[in-house]
Amino acid sequence: MKPLWLLLLLAASAAPVAADEPKQAPGPPLYESASPVKVECEIDRLVVAKLKPLGVRQVLCSDAVFLRRAFLDVIGTLPAAGEARAFLEDTNPRKRRALIDHLLQRDEFAVYWAMKWADLLRIKAEFPVNLWPNAAQAYHRWVLASLRENKPYDEFARALLTSSGSNFRVGPVNFYRAMQSRAPEGIAATVALTFMGVRTDSWKPERLEGMAQFFAQTGYKPTSEWKEEHVFWDPTGTHTLASNIAPGKASIDEIGKPAKPESTETEAETPAFIARKEGVFPDGQKVKLTQERDPREVFADWLITPENPWFTRSITNRVWSWFLGRGIIHAPDDIRKNNPPSNPELLAYLERELVKSKYDLKHLYRLILNSNTYQASSMLGDVKPAAQAQFARYPLRRLEAELIIDAINKITATTELYTSAIPEPFTYIPQGETAMSIGDGSITSPFLALFGRSARATGTEDERSNKFIPSQWLHLLNSSQIQKKLEQGPGLRDLISARQGPVRTLEDIYLTVLSRMPTHAEIENAKDYGKPVPGLNKAGKPRAGKRSEDWIDITWSLINSSEFIFRH
Amino acid sequence: MSTSDYHPLGLTLSRSVSRRDVVQAGLFSTAGLLFPDARAAAAPPQALPVPPIKVKAKSVIQVFLWGGMSHNDTWDPKPDAGYDYNGPMEAPLSTNVDGIQVSEWFPKLARQADKFSLIRSMTHGNNGHETAAYLVQTAHRPGERLAYPSVGAVFSYFHGKKYQGALPPYVVLTQPQGRFSEEGFLGAKLKPFATGGDPNAARFEVEGVVSRSVSDTRQQARRELLARMDTLLQAAGGDAQLRASEQAKLEAYDMILGKGREVFDLSKEKPELRERYGRHTFGQDCLAARRMVEAGVPYIVINYPGGWDTHSNHFQTMGRQAPELDQGLAALLLDLKERGLLDSTLVWCCGEFGRGPKIDWQPPWNGGRNHHGKVFSVLVAGGGFKGGHVVGSSDAKAEEVKDRPVYPVDLLGSVYQLAGIDPKAKLPHPMGLEARVLPIGEEGVKSAGLLTEIM
Repeated sequence: MKPLWLLLLLAASAAPVAADEPKQAPGPPLYESASPVKVECEIDRLVVAKLKPLGVRQVLCSDAVFLRRAFLDVIGTLPAAGEARAFLEDTNPRKRRALIDHLLQRDEFAVYWAMKWADLLRIKAEFPVNLWPNAAQAYHRWVLASLRENKPYDEFARALLTSSGSNFRVGPVNFYRAMQSRAPEGIAATVALTFMGVRTDSWKPERLEGMAQFFAQTGYKPTSEWKEEHVFWDPTGTHTLASNIAPGKASIDEIGKPAKPESTETEAETPAFIARKEGVFPDGQKVKLTQERDPREVFADWLITPENPWFTRSITNRVWSWFLGRGIIHAPDDIRKNNPPSNPELLAYLERELVKSKYDLKHLYRLILNSNTYQASSMLGDVKPAAQAQFARYPLRRLEAELIIDAINKITATTELYTSAIPEPFTYIPQGETAMSIGDGSITSPFLALFGRSARATGTEDERSNKFIPSQWLHLLNSSQIQKKLEQGPGLRDLISARQGPVRTLEDIYLTVLSRMPTHAEIENAKDYGKPVPGLNKAGKPRAGKRSEDWIDITWSLINSSEFIFRH
Repeated sequence: MSTSDYHPLGLTLSRSVSRRDVVQAGLFSTAGLLFPDARAAAAPPQALPVPPIKVKAKSVIQVFLWGGMSHNDTWDPKPDAGYDYNGPMEAPLSTNVDGIQVSEWFPKLARQADKFSLIRSMTHGNNGHETAAYLVQTAHRPGERLAYPSVGAVFSYFHGKKYQGALPPYVVLTQPQGRFSEEGFLGAKLKPFATGGDPNAARFEVEGVVSRSVSDTRQQARRELLARMDTLLQAAGGDAQLRASEQAKLEAYDMILGKGREVFDLSKEKPELRERYGRHTFGQDCLAARRMVEAGVPYIVINYPGGWDTHSNHFQTMGRQAPELDQGLAALLLDLKERGLLDSTLVWCCGEFGRGPKIDWQPPWNGGRNHHGKVFSVLVAGGGFKGGHVVGSSDAKAEEVKDRPVYPVDLLGSVYQLAGIDPKAKLPHPMGLEARVLPIGEEGVKSAGLLTEIM
């Protein structure tokens, strides 16, 4: 049976309850749950085993914290006030599990995760790589569709590694185009980073060279259509472009010249690739490359198996880091021998689960989201690094650029204009799209640039910067953009003008902005703020209520609070 | 002249700037604490005493002409090249320096030619906007694995930490370049602060600093309200993330309610001076930049408010924009000089490339000019650069370098030297990769030596 709050969700933004009294009774603390932590699942058993010797005990987060956390982490979207109220009032003891199932089915799920993948897969029309607008769209559409259908991760990876065809028509071929270097070594480095979580910069050159052989026959050729390019298996190397050069090998003069396929110069270079005809996998295993099979497929066969030491481990560790703020191996794209996992048993368990589920990432999401470890409170203060590495708490993290502006737009019912400097039809974004849904990293806004959206240049996890800098605060605290949204956006205006009495208005503002009810102290603070409404009422007494300017300031203060801007 | 006649950049520098000077100058003082890599680069002191170099350029104003400004219609006129090259251009103007001529559109700069020098042999051969803009502002080759930071971000990294001013160390008037990522791999902290707003408007509304609708009293009341309402901060204030965020917020409030915003109040200037700079956005950009120099801002970029990518409507656009460029730049140089700031303020101005000297009369261009990276002109002034000189030259039709090529590493190397930044110093790469300020001595990087003739 569906829980009560889900039914309420279907009934759209729930009908308001008449009472205008503070409901917050003295009870459980605001951010933490009063219920004791019961170790029920394998994740928690393995995590607690590490935490016990450190003398740290997890505390569960409150329902309100969980609601907001799950919405932001699973679908990158704030709950609407009605959704928040319904969940908080629901008495079903299993409502958290039900919410997780609900969120994994929402439309925004694929949109949000496509944004994350677009960072790692470097989906951006221009700079530093000319992927081109139409191709960036095709690439993003394919990622989005794969997430929508919950394509098993092994198939997802294989498609990216082995596809051939037009950059406009076969989305995943753009994986091989979205790289700063198309030299075999450059491709190998990107493949290792993306699918093995490995940075090849510390490898011995021979190791990278051995792996590079699998990508030495990757060809690129233009077609008669503007900006169209085919990626294909090119065993004879006739279509190796002039721009296909090793990092640091090209002079300034060579770059920017049009590619000259089939020039005598490049032909002279090609036999070197083919002469070897032996690839060396990163584990040292050698394999003869034949003219019968695309070596990219040979590589994919080696990589994409449950036995491969990198493939399952890398994605499992990434998924964990996306929800818990750090990898079991940290950083998640720096897997190497001398960077061991903080909890090897936990990582091994999750890997087994992913394999057992046939690479169903949602299965992994479910396991993690339902654990107490994910649902732990973030209120332990500044915990010691050792405990942090063992996931003693859910770490506070600033929201991504896209999520901040989408949330502010949702609250104020306003929109943004996103543009690209590239004048093409494929860069047109209809007004009202969320920032999260923009596929092409070249389509942007000053806000997104300021708040550290990923440059999508290298595909490393840390390319996205979620650290606060003063100019970001300037913008949130005092920009005309945000002020205008608060003053003129219909979202807040409707809340204020509903005239339901100040406490009810404040509750609605809290549910809309912070997804919870205000506390007594907060109600008092809000009451004290601002000037009385001018004039007298019919009875000749001072008017009740607040000036809209003061409501705006109160909402402004919530948008600028740590609770709004940090996952917690 | 062949490039091998010049010393590679490194040789010139090893004599005048040693690592030790850099350390003594305090360049790594606090930056080193944040970025251990940079500190490692500050090698142990050498035994021999080296005369300390004098940092001449305390501030830099970079005027960037996005789109690429024609060189032969402006600072490298070729009156004898004929109609196909010059179109409707009239005879060039003489300047207050014998032998230097500029085009008819620069009468005001012509009277200040003793204050600046023109490089007429800038070259990199790249004709793509993004890649050329990257080359000119980083001197690194595009298409490599690393996306290098621009000059401004490098200044901000080395000079920003000891800088105590009320404004950010790297300011852009008024919009960022968009297709160019100024901070490169140095990350968001080194991003420029873009003012937004229009300095030529009745009130220069710097986004985030000067607010249209919030009075100071309300600003203060809001700040107190926020402190009371930030319940999570009260509950978890000890968290390192929150502490860092609060520190950034504190710095932001210093700008909102502190002295910083006065710099943007152009109404404090005499009306005659504002007129002299020109009552257009670019002119007032220049005036705002001068006020920032006085406030000690190390690196200021004026992204020209408009584009120079004149494939079509070339002469009309130039006829409108060039006189504004002339007025703003000339007023800036004169004003800096009169205030005794020119010696310590380096000004450089160019686009990502020049424009084809041969006019494209074919439709749809109908008399436009295309991208031209083979040779173009740069204006440099102050901060240790001599005025009244011309460096290098282009051929008779301004199509190729005739003599003394100047490559991006040469120009930026000179700017760094005058500002006391070691071009071989390491930059902190997030993944620990080897990265240095300039690609000196790297394979394929062309250099013809620093601009010693005007330094």
